[in-house]
Amino acid sequence: MSDGVFHGISWGLGGAYVLFLVLLLTADFFFTSPQFVIAALQKPEIQASVLLTLKTCTLSSLIALTFAVPLAYTLSRYRFPGHALIDTLIDIPLVLPPLVLGLSLLVLFHFPIHGWKLESWLRESAGLPVTYHVPAIVLAQATLSTAFAVRTLRATFDRIDPRAEQVARTLGCTQVQAFTFVCLPQAQSGVFAALIVAWARAMGEFGPILVFAGSTRMKTEVLSTSVYLELGMGSLQAAVAISLVMVTIAVSILLLLRILGNWGDT
Amino acid sequence: MIQLIDVSVHAGKFSLEHLTMEIPDGAYVVLMGASGSGKTTLLEAICGLKTIRSGQLILNGRDVTHLSPAERGIGYVPQDLALFPTMTVLQHLEFALSLRWWPRQQKRERVAELARLLRLESLLSRRVTDLSGGESQRVALGRALSFHPQIVLLDEPLSALDEQTRSEMQAVLRETQQASGITFLHVTHLRSEADEMADRLVTLQHGQLRVHSPSATASAKSG
Repeated sequence: MSDGVFHGISWGLGGAYVLFLVLLLTADFFFTSPQFVIAALQKPEIQASVLLTLKTCTLSSLIALTFAVPLAYTLSRYRFPGHALIDTLIDIPLVLPPLVLGLSLLVLFHFPIHGWKLESWLRESAGLPVTYHVPAIVLAQATLSTAFAVRTLRATFDRIDPRAEQVARTLGCTQVQAFTFVCLPQAQSGVFAALIVAWARAMGEFGPILVFAGSTRMKTEVLSTSVYLELGMGSLQAAVAISLVMVTIAVSILLLLRILGNWGDT
Repeated sequence: MIQLIDVSVHAGKFSLEHLTMEIPDGAYVVLMGASGSGKTTLLEAICGLKTIRSGQLILNGRDVTHLSPAERGIGYVPQDLALFPTMTVLQHLEFALSLRWWPRQQKRERVAELARLLRLESLLSRRVTDLSGGESQRVALGRALSFHPQIVLLDEPLSALDEQTRSEMQAVLRETQQASGITFLHVTHLRSEADEMADRLVTLQHGQLRVHSPSATASAKSG
């Protein structure tokens, strides 16, 4: 195959997919009108939904990073019995149907173990109701986002040569210091990439939220469930308008994170 | 002083068994051996990066066999240098001092001293990814010497240098050793480099360490 044909196929197939995405968004844009978008944004329930989406996505992606960084680092740097099993377990949220993930969360919180239930215990001891409340949204989002973040970070840590950390240890670093001062700065762009992936994944989360948190207006409604509610009421125009709002927010946040990541690299 | 007493080290399928050796204070010892003979494994065992399976490692009278690398206080320059890609030259020279909470003024003075010794003054603000091979070697050496270790291990530190830079670095190493009385253990596969640098020569062959007496080293040098 000549270079010209190879480039032609690469650009052709890649370009076709990008064009397809552009067509999807353009179809949405022309299906609705700016008036519908403005009208949707003026509804108090949609405003609450936007705010809750931003809050929960940010919180869940930060939670995802908190767990994903040490887990990915451990999997990358150490070999131990059960390594392959843990590596496989992390992929489970990625391959499970979203509804099953929501169902599993519901069962976990309400399954009685000798009369003890996690949900009741959290309500009574910490005053923290989870199911059908905002924490359920965050938990559902974080469960999936963490798995995505671990995969991104694992690849990042695998690419970083552990020699520098080892030498840092001879200079007086504890393992934590070697990780913090030597490894983490090298992983900065990977951490940002993981944050972007986690945030984006949280924004697109729907099935587990619907099952585990419900979709109560002004309470547990996020943008993905707003689209579902509007569709349920037969308001297709409003559903598409909210979808466009989602796209705009997602693209803005992802661009912002990408710019921050690039800025951090320089 | 470095004392190895019946030390065994395993690195995957490779192992070094029952090594015994004594290097006196302030000596400049060169360790030679064929590729794959275990020179790097031995150095890594001394600085704590490889676990000693059995035997004892005594550094300056202190049993460090089971201590972490951080607790051994050894300066180490690995063959691949393992510089920190996100840091500048200045940050490398300050790194071990910051970990030890040196006061700012003392840190500045030490960095200035090292930069002068290793001719790094004009490079302090540069990232190490922008340095040449010789400059990187000098940074790795400065980083290892910065905190006044009593023992410095050098794993083929001059192997990637051109003739002139190598001879300059040899002079720097000699000068440093004479000024500070540090015990150096320097790995090389070059006989000429060993002849140039060694107070004592140690060879590692077929898993056995052989320490050549000073007179033998001197005669080897003159021969």
